[in-house]
Amino acid sequence: MATRIGVVTFPGSLDDRDAQRAVRLAGGEAVALWHGDHDLQGVDAIVLPGGFSYGDYLRCGAIAATSPIMAEVIDAANKGLPVLGICNGFQILVESQLLPGGLIRNDHGDFVCRDQRLRVENASTAWTSAFEAGDEITIPLKNGEGGYIATDDTLDRLEGEGLVAFRYLDVNPNGSLRDIAGLTNERGNVVGLMPHPEHATEAGFGPDTADAMRSGVDGLKFFTSVIERTLAGV
Amino acid sequence: MPTIVVEVMPKPELLDPAGKATAGAIAKQGDSPFTGVRIGKRFELTVEGEVTDAVLAQAQKLAEEFLSNQVIEDVVAVKVA
Repeated sequence: MATRIGVVTFPGSLDDRDAQRAVRLAGGEAVALWHGDHDLQGVDAIVLPGGFSYGDYLRCGAIAATSPIMAEVIDAANKGLPVLGICNGFQILVESQLLPGGLIRNDHGDFVCRDQRLRVENASTAWTSAFEAGDEITIPLKNGEGGYIATDDTLDRLEGEGLVAFRYLDVNPNGSLRDIAGLTNERGNVVGLMPHPEHATEAGFGPDTADAMRSGVDGLKFFTSVIERTLAGV
Repeated sequence: MPTIVVEVMPKPELLDPAGKATAGAIAKQGDSPFTGVRIGKRFELTVEGEVTDAVLAQAQKLAEEFLSNQVIEDVVAVKVA
């Protein structure tokens, strides 16, 4: 039976359908979940997709973090269910306090959209186990409020405990402290990042590579990681 | 109807890109004594009935837990308008 991965749609989600498609391309079954429900439909893992939930009102992700379904997501995440937050989904994870720190307006003040090189710093999470630590990947990045911040104590702890999952390479596109692009929790089941793996899952629609235009599919391994893990019964 | 005003500011040690951009625009107008701008938020909470200490405490809690994110912002005022 295919691994069932739920993708939550919030008011203002944009990339929920792309995330569903990425799940299918990786060999999983995508299950649409609704922000107003309390039902996770027994899924094996959950993706909180990108977009502008509630128009980024109050703070990015702050209102979505109080949605009915987030009560179930937070509960399931604390019990070990894999949860991936992409972009606005990452913002929802930090506003839900499933991951530490905060995300603020890009230091240069502009929205940024580019193919971004990243280094995979932690390849032992539910969403990165198909990578090797140190792998360099390229996936799209598009955000206006992607500057990661936290106190120095928190940053030192994140680095010391290996909880920085991804780091920006070449350029820091948004002023994130210590070039942090994504984080994992201690247990490795909750991962959040600003760049978009779901947009680099099918040749013809991904970032350019040395081989061919738009042939980059580095994002696929996020989804195959969690599928392999589920099939292995972890 | 009484109103409780909640004011939230980005933490002083954090870069406030919107404030910085505004300060830059003011400087371009020339002849300005203003060297910095920081932009925060003001919330007006309308209250049904009297503002008791309990209501004010509830507003303080709401301000700290939902209206602000304590990682990046400070609640600088919770007061009856």
